[in-house]
Amino acid sequence: MTRASIAIVGAAETTRMGKVPELSQTGLHADAALNALADCGLTLADIDGVATAGHDVAEIIQYLGITPTWYDGTSVGGCSFITLVRHAAAAIETGLCKTVLITHGESGRSNNRSHRPLFPSMQQQEFESIYGPLFPPSRFTLPVMRKMKDDGLTVEQIAMVAVVQREWAALHPRATAHDPLTVDDVLNSKMIAYPFRKLMCCLVSDGGGALILTSAERAKDFPTKPVYLRGMGGESAEGPMISQMESFSSSKAFRVSGKMAFESAGITHSDVDHLMIYDAFAHLPIYGLEDLGFVKPGEGGAFIAEGHTRPGGALPLNTNGGGLSYMHSGMYGMFALQESVRQMRGVSPAQVKDAKLSLVHGVGGMFSAASTAVLTTEDQW
Amino acid sequence: MADRPLPTIYPETEFYWNGAKEGKLLLNSCPSCDKAYFPPRPFCPVCGNRDVEIKQASGKGRLYSYIINHLPAPGYEPPFTVAVVMLDEGVKMVANVLDCPADPEALVLDMPLEVTFEQRGDVAIPQFKPAGGVA
Repeated sequence: MTRASIAIVGAAETTRMGKVPELSQTGLHADAALNALADCGLTLADIDGVATAGHDVAEIIQYLGITPTWYDGTSVGGCSFITLVRHAAAAIETGLCKTVLITHGESGRSNNRSHRPLFPSMQQQEFESIYGPLFPPSRFTLPVMRKMKDDGLTVEQIAMVAVVQREWAALHPRATAHDPLTVDDVLNSKMIAYPFRKLMCCLVSDGGGALILTSAERAKDFPTKPVYLRGMGGESAEGPMISQMESFSSSKAFRVSGKMAFESAGITHSDVDHLMIYDAFAHLPIYGLEDLGFVKPGEGGAFIAEGHTRPGGALPLNTNGGGLSYMHSGMYGMFALQESVRQMRGVSPAQVKDAKLSLVHGVGGMFSAASTAVLTTEDQW
Repeated sequence: MADRPLPTIYPETEFYWNGAKEGKLLLNSCPSCDKAYFPPRPFCPVCGNRDVEIKQASGKGRLYSYIINHLPAPGYEPPFTVAVVMLDEGVKMVANVLDCPADPEALVLDMPLEVTFEQRGDVAIPQFKPAGGVA
């Protein structure tokens, strides 16, 4: 019997999401942090560990008036918040701090910030950007034509990812997009980077979220239903030059991170009741399903198109609608975590009945990094 | 095309861009692994060997993957092709496909490509075009 050692006791998103012109990016961090503290009945004085990504962690510490004994500013892109959950768990376990606040805020749409949370890569600039792929839609999509040829993945299957996730978003009042989509709607939307059309690309939103983690033995002192970490999750990285991916059909970082998370949790795929796979673009859940081992290589597109991940399907995936329909601030990983926490608390508007284990998997940059976490309702297993 | 993006060149990559000026595609290669690698760096990313060579590539490759970019980029007229080329030496690099329409009908995966060079100011940029001029 293994006892849980770490719990998520506080979780909240910003008060508003989507278009929030009245708040700066720093303000979005703070709004999310204060909401998460209120969620679990703590105050800023109770926090001794702070972590964030895409923003100077020291500025967040100063803005909130916290005096920490531990901080982490690991910034590898949108999965960083999943990575930070893992790092925070290690810090709490080793006694570096007791109560960690992880914040995310991003003024992706209103651009109320001094700079974008860029992750500059010298070699990416020197050998890729000079050929014109300057934005995520024209970089992240580069491997997909190869995968289509090698694996038989079709553009209709990629479109189905957006269609199915919209079905989930329709159940979520806070989702940005609710109207039903058809494959034709997706395939007739504006061409962005062939074969990718607008509705295969994520939203651009303002918003944020925050989590509060502490040791599992303290978890029952809080008013919220504890959500426990099962195992220590996983992380890996392959690097920012997408042209240098070892395989264009599979992400090495996904495979390494996912395998570590499954092994550390001591679970098999059939134990997973609920799944979040970061979807900045519609091909990512397909790569994720394959690289995490839920389906065989090359079968992810058909699996989603057949309806296994839609409401009522055997493997509920991206139940908030994902980056495609819920929101996407730029570094979406925090929102995948928030939906996993809601599902484990049993309070998601798209609640999966009797769900007691959720796996959340994120990508950082353009297949540059990955991180995975396993959340559960159970304090021992 | 002078307003297209220019590479920031560093001491370790200067040889690559100097070679391009002379119409040569130069790759680092590790004698221990007997393999070329990309992008350039003064050690082998497989075995860590610092005693690496510079070799001229054949300039031949095939279309490994691509997108047709409809988003803006300085000096480019969308839509334009951004491709990943698999060189015969077994390394992948990004290029535009010149002398070929930005059209899926013309961009057939695995079609043979050959290197060419595009002048941007003082810098020669390695590019690729259909081998033998066949689009």
